[in-house]
Amino acid sequence: MGILEVKGVNKRFGGLQALGDVNLSVAENTVHAIIGPNGAGKSTLLNCLVGKLIPDTGSVMFDGQSVLGRKPHEINQMGISRVFQTPEIFGDLTVLENVLIPCFAKRDGAFRMHAFETVAHERDIVAKATQMLDDVNMADKKDMHAASLSRGDKRRLEMAMCLVQEPKLLLLDEPTAGMARADTNNTIDLLREIKEKRDITMAIIEHDMHVVFSLADRITVLAQGTPLVEDIPEKIKGHPKVQEAYLGQAHG
Amino acid sequence: MFGLSSKDTRFLLIVVFLTLATPILLQPFPEGSSLAQFNAGYPDLMQKFAIFGIFAIGFNILFGLTGYLSFGHAAFLGVGSYTVVWMYKLLGYNVLPGLVLAVIVSALFALLIGFISLRRSGIYFSILTLAFAQMSYNLAYSVLTPITNGETGLQVYSNDPQILMGENSPTSPHLFGIVMRESTQFEVGGWLFTLNNGYYFCAVIAILAFYLSLRIFRSPFGMMLRAIKTNQTRMNYTGLNSRPYTLAAFVISGMYAGLAGGLLAAMDPLAGAERMQWTASGEVVLMTILGGAGTLMGPVLGAGFIKYFENIFSKINDGVLHAWFAFLPDGLEDLVVALIHPFVGKGWHLTLGILFMLVVIFLPGGLVEGGQRIARLFRSKKTKTAGPGGRNRDHQPKPAPHVAE
Ligand SMILES: Nc1ncnc2c1ncn2[C@@H]1O[C@H](COP(=O)(O)OP(=O)(O)O)[C@@H](O)[C@H]1O
Ligand SMILES: [Mg+2]
Repeated sequence: MGILEVKGVNKRFGGLQALGDVNLSVAENTVHAIIGPNGAGKSTLLNCLVGKLIPDTGSVMFDGQSVLGRKPHEINQMGISRVFQTPEIFGDLTVLENVLIPCFAKRDGAFRMHAFETVAHERDIVAKATQMLDDVNMADKKDMHAASLSRGDKRRLEMAMCLVQEPKLLLLDEPTAGMARADTNNTIDLLREIKEKRDITMAIIEHDMHVVFSLADRITVLAQGTPLVEDIPEKIKGHPKVQEAYLGQAHG
Repeated sequence: MFGLSSKDTRFLLIVVFLTLATPILLQPFPEGSSLAQFNAGYPDLMQKFAIFGIFAIGFNILFGLTGYLSFGHAAFLGVGSYTVVWMYKLLGYNVLPGLVLAVIVSALFALLIGFISLRRSGIYFSILTLAFAQMSYNLAYSVLTPITNGETGLQVYSNDPQILMGENSPTSPHLFGIVMRESTQFEVGGWLFTLNNGYYFCAVIAILAFYLSLRIFRSPFGMMLRAIKTNQTRMNYTGLNSRPYTLAAFVISGMYAGLAGGLLAAMDPLAGAERMQWTASGEVVLMTILGGAGTLMGPVLGAGFIKYFENIFSKINDGVLHAWFAFLPDGLEDLVVALIHPFVGKGWHLTLGILFMLVVIFLPGGLVEGGQRIARLFRSKKTKTAGPGGRNRDHQPKPAPHVAE
């Protein structure tokens, strides 16, 4: 059984069936990509996993527990971290502080009244955050204002913020959407590096299947809210149903 | 020292020195000189500096750090005052029991109002707090008359129980016999200095309040509050529950306000409903923004500035103006006086309003930003003279603005 088990999930927005009977299983220590044309329901599916949306029917089990009805911060505390389509970081804080916050969240839970401690005295946490920044080659930028980073660096920082929590599952929503070619390649390299260096389970949502091809262990193709096929990348490429879903869309 | 970095320790020591030396520093002009009315070193005003400084420091923990703009903090100020006067009536004129209770009662009150108001954010939060404060104000004025004494205001009467009052106990607010309104005066040259017990009592509490806020700013908790202001979405998806953080900040700032209100009654044993009015809530917002929201010193500076204007500029009337410009030919004198007239005396609000607009437009970081710009100007002059070996700041990554200063 996978670490993430999605069974029979349906989600309607008014008359629109955004998700129709979605079943999905993500095995531990694998990279699972979910691809599909625009409007296929990828973001909706992801939002059902992190507590932003609640499916109409079906179940979402993570690590043996249901995530349904839990708030985003509770789901994060269960071990799911999320990277957004446009990087969500703490713009007014320094780069280092951005990474410190997830460290505190991981150690102290969703709330702790640590008003009389001093950030600088938490040496273990500062060391851990600094090491993380080093790992993503941002150590030299640690005192910068996060809002003044380039877009690529913001993405990198957001990944660092997620990775430093050592999540059991890392979710990425179109991590290269709207990026220039060079930035896309950088992000792919970063993801590959992460995959090689750490034992991590990732679910990547992607519109452009070439991005995930070299990265994913398994790919699920989603079209009009329903999974078409799920297989290893090599089998997905030439699959007639996938050709139809993508090409049919692209040319039609 | 005190769990602070050496830079913060130095900063704290400067604040301590300035606070303790205030009665001397604010008397720059000799007694009897024409500028003596700009002296601010008299007890009543200095007490206000310290008390409203405390109010603004606390408000800044909520507004400056989390960005939640409360328009109802005067309610806690009023609650603090009423509590202290009630303790005078029941126990006696020692201020300590009342102040302790004022902090506790305002904390409970803030917990209730915060719990409800923080269900919304942005403008809706502000409106909710405003509604609560106006409700409290109206209740204090009418329905709760048995507790607040309505329009007349709450005060001590000779038939009040005052069960802890001894034969020789002072008959005005005191701390174990140290009477708040008593002062020592001394004269050096033409200068007159007043060291007032009440001021020093407020000053010591203000220093403690400042120290606590400094610790909060440097704590993981303070960092979380700043994170809430920047990006709540990221906060939640990082596994943090923002609600208890904002509620804690709200309660802490409510306690500061209750303490400040209590001190007002510790200086002058009266409490009236007007202390809870929305104008008083708005004033602390102005203080914080004028000085620099989210900075450590800003709120204190803003509070001092506004109280100075309120008390000094409002006293400059036409008679004073004529005396100043007497050296001008008569026609010109009248013209100058007529031009300045709207900005002083009763018109001090106009001057303050213009000043506030100028600060918000040109110095969004408040007076503190102004100070930093001036300091940078001096520093860049120094580095230029350091010659070609000096590193050029412009070519280095921009460091994040520090929350200190
Ligand atoms: N909050 C919403 N309300 C109504 N319709 C929505 C909402 N979110 C998504 N949809 C619709 O659901 C479908 C799937 O959207 P989405 O999950 O964003 O697709 P993808 O991420 O694959 O491009 C689209 O037709 C979209 O218009
Ligand atoms: Mg999407």
